[in-house]
Amino acid sequence: MGVRQIGARVQRVEDENLIRGDGKYVDDIQLPGMAYAAFLRSSMAHAKIKITDIAAAQALPGVYAVLTYDTLPSSLVSKTQLETYPAPIIKQSVCPDLLASEEVAHVGQAIAMVIASSRHIAEDACELIQVDYTALRVAVDVVEAAKPEGPLAHSHLKDNIAASIETKFGDVETAFSECDDTLKLSFKQHRGGCHAMECRGVLGDWQQQLGELTLYSSTQCPYLVRRMVSRQLDCPESSIRVIAPDVGGGFGPKAGYYPEEALIAIATKELRRPIKWTEDRREHFTATNQQRDQIWELEVGFKKTGEITAIKGHVTHDSGAFLNYGLLLSATTLMPLPGPYKIKNLHVTLNTVYTNTVSTSPVRGAGRPNAAYAMDRVIDAVARHLSIDPADMRHINLVKNEDFPYQPGSKHRNGSMMTYDSGDYTGMLAMVKEMADYDNFRQEQKQARANGKYLGIGLACFIEDTGMGPYEGVNVRIDVTGNVIASTGAASQGQGHATVIAQVIAEQLDIEISKIRVESGDTGKFPHGIGAIGSRTGVNVGLSANDASGQVKKKALKLASILLDKHEDALELSDGAVRVRSDSNQFITLADLALQLSPAVAGKLPDGFDSAGLEAVSYLSSDYMPHSSGANIAKVEVDIVTGGIKILDYYVVHDCGRILNPMIVDGQIIGGVVHGIGNAMFEQMVYDDAGNPMTTNYGDYLLPLASEMPEIHVAHIETPSPANPMGLKGAGEGGTIPAIGAMINAIEDALTPFDAYIAHYPVTPEYIVELVDSEKIAAE
Amino acid sequence: MKASAFTYHKPNSLEDALGLLQNEEDAKVLAGGQSLMPMLNMRFVQPETVIDVNGLDELARISVTDKLEIGALTRQKTLAKDPTIKQHLPIMQEALTWVGHFQTQSRGTIGGSLCHLDPAAELPMVALLYDAELQVASASGIRSIPMQEWALAYMMPSIGPDELLTKIMIKPWQGSHGYGFQEFARRHGDFAIAAAGCLIKIDNNIIEDIAISIGGVEDVPRRFTECEDVLRGMRYDIDDIKTHVREPLSQINYLDDSLVTGAYRRRLLKGLLIRAIEQAASRS
Amino acid sequence: MQEHEVQMQVNGKVVSGKVESRTHLGDFLRQSAGLTGTHLGCEHGVCGACTVIVDGDAVRSCLMLAVQADNCEVTTIEGIAEADGTLHPLQEAFRNNHALQCGFCTAGMITSLHAFLSENPNRSETEIREAISGNICRCTGYQGIVSAAMEAAEKLAKR
Repeated sequence: MGVRQIGARVQRVEDENLIRGDGKYVDDIQLPGMAYAAFLRSSMAHAKIKITDIAAAQALPGVYAVLTYDTLPSSLVSKTQLETYPAPIIKQSVCPDLLASEEVAHVGQAIAMVIASSRHIAEDACELIQVDYTALRVAVDVVEAAKPEGPLAHSHLKDNIAASIETKFGDVETAFSECDDTLKLSFKQHRGGCHAMECRGVLGDWQQQLGELTLYSSTQCPYLVRRMVSRQLDCPESSIRVIAPDVGGGFGPKAGYYPEEALIAIATKELRRPIKWTEDRREHFTATNQQRDQIWELEVGFKKTGEITAIKGHVTHDSGAFLNYGLLLSATTLMPLPGPYKIKNLHVTLNTVYTNTVSTSPVRGAGRPNAAYAMDRVIDAVARHLSIDPADMRHINLVKNEDFPYQPGSKHRNGSMMTYDSGDYTGMLAMVKEMADYDNFRQEQKQARANGKYLGIGLACFIEDTGMGPYEGVNVRIDVTGNVIASTGAASQGQGHATVIAQVIAEQLDIEISKIRVESGDTGKFPHGIGAIGSRTGVNVGLSANDASGQVKKKALKLASILLDKHEDALELSDGAVRVRSDSNQFITLADLALQLSPAVAGKLPDGFDSAGLEAVSYLSSDYMPHSSGANIAKVEVDIVTGGIKILDYYVVHDCGRILNPMIVDGQIIGGVVHGIGNAMFEQMVYDDAGNPMTTNYGDYLLPLASEMPEIHVAHIETPSPANPMGLKGAGEGGTIPAIGAMINAIEDALTPFDAYIAHYPVTPEYIVELVDSEKIAAE
Repeated sequence: MKASAFTYHKPNSLEDALGLLQNEEDAKVLAGGQSLMPMLNMRFVQPETVIDVNGLDELARISVTDKLEIGALTRQKTLAKDPTIKQHLPIMQEALTWVGHFQTQSRGTIGGSLCHLDPAAELPMVALLYDAELQVASASGIRSIPMQEWALAYMMPSIGPDELLTKIMIKPWQGSHGYGFQEFARRHGDFAIAAAGCLIKIDNNIIEDIAISIGGVEDVPRRFTECEDVLRGMRYDIDDIKTHVREPLSQINYLDDSLVTGAYRRRLLKGLLIRAIEQAASRS
Repeated sequence: MQEHEVQMQVNGKVVSGKVESRTHLGDFLRQSAGLTGTHLGCEHGVCGACTVIVDGDAVRSCLMLAVQADNCEVTTIEGIAEADGTLHPLQEAFRNNHALQCGFCTAGMITSLHAFLSENPNRSETEIREAISGNICRCTGYQGIVSAAMEAAEKLAKR
């Protein structure tokens, strides 16, 4: 055999079920006696509440229970959601009550939970619950909320600042005093929501006689959910099994711990029947975390030659109502600065500010697209100021190949120095320019302008810290039929992890992929796991699967050498058996070897083997975080009459080290780019001054559709990471991270004749028209 | 997002349907369902009764005499492909390329679109261009409402609670003329932020006749008669036209909301109107 | 009446059940018929994940009452492959072109394209993109889906 699996465009093992409609997502699971939950959610952004009547709801035929804060069991460690990621730097930590007690802090916060024989009836009952609201002052605008005298998002706080963080290295003061010129830059960023096509969902099944709780959750982090539910309910982790079945997309907001997970656990235990809650799309807008506003104010110091020497500034970050996911979003906003550019002096501060809106937490890329955007806008602004071409400006400032491993000066959130392990940033820039025919574009653009057409080209370069540890383990076991079971703590929401794991094992063991089964996302099948966030899974499971299957291979060879009485050097593992190289008649199958280590009857394990089974587990991770990188170019055409934007083409050069499956990586990149385009052009979560969400359906909140997307051309380079033995780097979010910057730079470039500066995104057609001041055009 | 409970009826005859409408106090008519069902699912409406008119085949026919008679229940998909419509009302087929998506056109009806009366809806705009006559029936009889009088207020047609729209009667323009339809939406299939439709008859470079309808910019779509009056009789010169439309455009009371401002709608409409006129002229 | 007996042909088999008036077709298929391949992504007729084929037309099953599908012929994703399990060219093409990641929008994409290509063979990439503009995908960025549709269209045209 010896078929190369690693690096091959292997078709996904996940697809067979999914294309036939045989997937199983949380809402597909039916258990006997199952009941359905619905939530009464706050209709006001900030108010004192008092539940005045639940009797009518309780009396409705088909209703089994109505839960409120007061009726929650006193056995709970707390009736307020426990902090997921506490940190000493958090000044004021506020998490939601599982069900609101006295004060609600955003439209959508859960007040009561109804359990009934159908979702329909549960919703009917919710309408019968009477709640008195007494309005409180509402904090919506993050700039106002950040002020010491601003309206309080929570009445018990002294102000709305949850935390203040910073990134600082070098000596900005000296650098600013020594630079040739400076520039000030402000802009607003607005990332949108999750909008996985499958909303969240939790199904709880308490088995009294076993004393075991099974929770099915549409989650990216089943082990986190297990830990938090165990802590909240004060019951042993070992009595809880969390299963992430097929999950229809995660993108970040499904990586947290939500009140619904604890509440379903509580309800199923109380009612002694399975209970399912499926989030509906309107809930998704107001009950699932999202990203929203960040206000950036920067000052840049630079030399006349284009070399940027210092950046300082401040970010005001909208946390929404609660800090139920800690500071990860804030931290990942600052941490990647200054990106792939060699800027030696940096001081940026960030305030995480509470407002009476839905809580924010990472969405595809977390704060990294925000940081990359900031850098790409800084580069373009200085380039324009100095009349340097934006591509040349990037080349001047990019970290060069001889600089690797490069330490910008910033720190990881674990305290270690950020290190860019390997890459070829200038090479990628040159490559993407060529793909996009960048040098000829200016000519094309000039001609188009003469004909009243406004074309624009925009660049973006980025780095991405990936593969975060400490592990995502894989256990590889060959069973007595010669098939492989690989179990892992990894959880998948479409990234093809099972395929990648199977590929790695298939190559190590020289076995067909069809003989490999991968189990994942189930705390009952693998003891420890972290979750699918931050482009980490592929790296970690790739390493662990390789290591574990390598150990299995060693065991197989060692055992075979005993049984065949041959030196290990004379043996090879191929095509399902360990064979004597020089004699094809002498071999022992993997199945038989497994049987030797898992005998049905009492016997003795061979000497040197003190554990059962032809299996091994590995939790191998990288020594430090590998850094992926890339260079993108967007080409657009802007209609200055309507403000409409047509995306002509999009080019990506991407480096995620050694690629395990190029088809899967391309899919991640293209999907990520489209998400970034969505952020740049379409996705806006609008709130009015009273904190009412105005965009809570897909007619008002716009997601990118196939009809507006360009063909996205992707090329790869592979600079292996020295941080791990396989040279792997992560690939999940590298599509989104640069895309917003590339798009905005392109649109602004198209509007150069109008001296436009794009100060916020998403860029709506209306905003374009404002920038162009088409009163002049309309007058023609 | 599950609808609240209601009683469902599917009458087999128009007479039965009208009887139900007369007797049921709080009833909604279900035709294509593409507008009503989302409202039901989101509990924006909670009627006691839903009357499904999809069984009334006689309301789904297209016929031609001296007028085109289009049954209210005719599916958008049917209209988009029908050769009679193509021949007599090509602007309707052009407008339909902007309406929703092919899945929604499978079920959506012309009657539903007219009764829902979204400010940006394309089919009402087309009906306006032709001064269509809308026939409504009730248990007490039949009456005809001119399209110009159809829209009472935002999403409120002048149809009574016990009346059913049965057919749309359109007298196509005779002789050589051109048609244009221009719309701007954020994405393919989205509701128009602004739209303009135009029929134009040009003879010896004089605008002999012109009809313009506008949508998306006010509470209801309507005929832009003020603008027609200015342009009718003019020489066809696009620069002149650009000047002349400014005044009527400035008199419109543009919709202004948290997602789109009136100022932008105004700028947009100007551009789309000119493009629609040009498109119509090029085809005349 | 608020409850009705319905009977329809689903993927060639008779399915009957009792439904409330307000139950939509998507919920009927998923719960009463046990066909969970059709997914509910928004329940207001925009995302397209719930698309099924009713009497030959692609429709959003969340926008049709179950009772309205009485006596109709319905095809869901589970009925796209042949009876012996052979995959439809669209399904093969989806797998070949990495046109799915999480799989949640996939059923709606395939049924929509199945209906579209049956009536509209020989379409350009632009027309295909417009055809699936009523189906939202958050994972793939659509490119693989478009390639799959083009590949399947070619195969189907040859049949």
